[in-house]
Amino acid sequence: MKKFPPIVRYLAIGLVIFLAVVIYAYGFKVTKVNLEETKSERRQTQLIRIIRALAKPEIFEYEKQEFFVTVPFFVPCQDESAQPAAPDKFKAYMIINPTCADPKSEVTIEGFNFEPNSEGPIFFNPPSGANLRIADVVADSQGHFKTVATIPNRPDEEEQTIKAVTRIRIGNPHFTRTTYDTLEKIIETVFLALLATTFGTIVAIPLSFLASRNLMEDVKSPLVSISLSLITIPVGFMLGAQVGSWAQQISQLLSDSLILNLIGILVTLAIAVVGFRWAFPQEEIETPKTEKRILRIIVAFISVMSFFVSLFILANLAIMTGSYLSTRLGAFGFLGSFLANCGEILNMIMILITALSGAWVLSSIGSRISKFITTKAPDRLAKILSIILSTIAWALLFFIITAGLNWLYQFYNELITIVFPVGLGAILGLVLGISIKAKALLPVGINIYFIFRTIFNALRSIESLIMVIVFVVWVGIGPFAGVLALGVHTIAGLAKLFSEQVESIMEGPVEAIKATGANRIQTIVYGVIPQIVPPYISYTMYRWDINVRMSTIIGFAGGGGIGFLLIQNINLLNYRAASVQMIAIALVVASMDYLSSKMREKVV
Amino acid sequence: MLEIKNLTKIYDGNVLALDKVSFTVPDGQFLAVIGLSGSGKSTLLRCINRLVDPTEGEIIWNGEDITKAGEDELRHFRRKIGMVFQHFNLVHRSSVLTNVLAGRLGYVNPVWSLINRFPKEDIDKGMKQLERVSIANKASNRADELSGGQQQRVGIARAMMQDPEMILADEPVASLDPVLAHSIMQYLETINKEDGVTVLCSLHFLDLVHRYADRAIALNEGRLVFDGAPQEIDDRRFKEIYGKDAERVG
Repeated sequence: MKKFPPIVRYLAIGLVIFLAVVIYAYGFKVTKVNLEETKSERRQTQLIRIIRALAKPEIFEYEKQEFFVTVPFFVPCQDESAQPAAPDKFKAYMIINPTCADPKSEVTIEGFNFEPNSEGPIFFNPPSGANLRIADVVADSQGHFKTVATIPNRPDEEEQTIKAVTRIRIGNPHFTRTTYDTLEKIIETVFLALLATTFGTIVAIPLSFLASRNLMEDVKSPLVSISLSLITIPVGFMLGAQVGSWAQQISQLLSDSLILNLIGILVTLAIAVVGFRWAFPQEEIETPKTEKRILRIIVAFISVMSFFVSLFILANLAIMTGSYLSTRLGAFGFLGSFLANCGEILNMIMILITALSGAWVLSSIGSRISKFITTKAPDRLAKILSIILSTIAWALLFFIITAGLNWLYQFYNELITIVFPVGLGAILGLVLGISIKAKALLPVGINIYFIFRTIFNALRSIESLIMVIVFVVWVGIGPFAGVLALGVHTIAGLAKLFSEQVESIMEGPVEAIKATGANRIQTIVYGVIPQIVPPYISYTMYRWDINVRMSTIIGFAGGGGIGFLLIQNINLLNYRAASVQMIAIALVVASMDYLSSKMREKVV
Repeated sequence: MLEIKNLTKIYDGNVLALDKVSFTVPDGQFLAVIGLSGSGKSTLLRCINRLVDPTEGEIIWNGEDITKAGEDELRHFRRKIGMVFQHFNLVHRSSVLTNVLAGRLGYVNPVWSLINRFPKEDIDKGMKQLERVSIANKASNRADELSGGQQQRVGIARAMMQDPEMILADEPVASLDPVLAHSIMQYLETINKEDGVTVLCSLHFLDLVHRYADRAIALNEGRLVFDGAPQEIDDRRFKEIYGKDAERVG
């Protein structure tokens, strides 16, 4: 390192300090640091009021009995005849001294024989009947009080009254309405977090594998295989969706009869299992003949189809029994609705599942073909096929991408939506096909890894509090919007944490499983998954913890849960109620924190 | 028969791990691979089942070239080659039996294996292999509850589940104490002598080499510096293999 003379170093240090001062000065300016405001008396009284309200959360309340004592009073004084009657010494009474007064003058109010320890306000009632509070009193154990009050500026010829309203607590304290509402909402909050975490975790697990470097790094395929997957995946996706809707139609043939549906489910499942067992023997050393293989593929298709049908019937069955039960189970009706909802969800995701299976089947056929091309076909043929396939594939890819963009930006111009992208894609594909050797292995895995990493990072940087705004538009204000927003954020957050866990597993066992001749998926199931179960559970718990914390404020943006109640009370300046909700949040967050750390200790 | 021809491996960053290594192993031989740490023993063994892809050269086994195998053929080669590791490489959180059954993954139908279904015969076979290494009573224990020696025996049982024609043992006893080392080596010897499985075993201790190996090859900085009977390793050869400053122990 080069040595500078001391003078230069001192100057440099001075410059750094000067710059730091400037930076902080600017920071004060832009954040509008204003110390005058903190000293303002008006604000201080407000602050004190709020803090005192917050310190008195309305968790409990008592039933109260009220007592009224009134004394006629003239403001200003009239003639002598208006002297009040002598009070009944055995009941509660008040003596006001003087017995009449000018506006704004002070009077002494003394009460006797009140309920011991009762308390309440003293009002001045002008003829209009308004309650003007002039004092608050607390009776001692003998039922006596004495206070000084100022008569309001309400002169009137007629008789006016001074009224004491005192209350005593009767019975035991009980929870307020606010407490019950808070309890209901905090339960909603915890479950909101639970559902969001579950939903997020289920999606994050498979995605985390795609975002782990060590699993993806050695996924390499030749251009032919990449092109074929680019073609077969979307086509297979659409075919699968089509097959799914057929299966759905078949399942609906059984109408609404419970018995028919039950029989249907059993029959289709039986076909599926028998067919599957035949088409996929557990162990086979010799490769079977071609006819047998074709027959097997047909049987496999039938059994898979039959399995799909059975799942659709299951969904219908769940919806039917669920909605039947929900009206008849009384307090447990929610279990019926849950069943019906599960049926709906199954119905909804079944099409997605069939579409994905279609994509998977077609792409694995594609990879077989590409393997054949790259290993068996002569070099020249392989090259030609590689060029053709890559041209088609990239044209298709660009077409799909612009179809998405078109949906977003609504070009509706065939030149932009079809001709340009397809042409550009084809040219790119052609260039790639020509320039890359047909049998060279390209690092697809690492690119998929980067794409997923980027998506996760982008999603993670959008807070769920912002995401919920979009979901509120979609599903309305309420906890469901919160579940979706937190769920999406959880996917991104957990997928990243999970993938880092996958990256830090021990390589040894994976290597050992690979060495037995296991394929890639078997290697993951036997070598990777057993190692990542504890950290996955631990991170899921941690995420639930975070989600509970987030769900307490997601209601601020319309996402349901306790935040909704809290922001309402804050806006209504109802700080004593808001205080109850804050306490509830603190309790739940702290206990979740404790619980999740305990449970994490257990699993790891 | 296994023929290695001009096998070369250059790792990323221009590290030469194997330098034109050639030798031939007849079926049923117990071959010891010796050499200093970092001399390329592990790389050599891992090249044979392509856990490491060689840069150049051929590995011809029963007339077929492993280096040119595609994904499916490679898996067919691998399932006939058992491997035993220095650090046992068991899946800690899985049961001993599951670890042993993993040896059948190359044979069973992938679809069923994904939901942990193995044919009955395989389970019986797994128990038999565990009995053979005398830890059948631990079958349902978690693998990490076992001691080092026991774990290595599970590793051997796993390799034997593959019905291997060859076993690659990468320092199988380097993490064990000398008494256990002999017991593990005896299992390998039994497999070699009774089942006729070819064994390629890298070893640190020369007395183990003398006692168990039919033949030894030695690597030094990736080059083959010795190939012959273990008894032929005299002081001069020893210095060639292990360097001038080395001294014999054990």
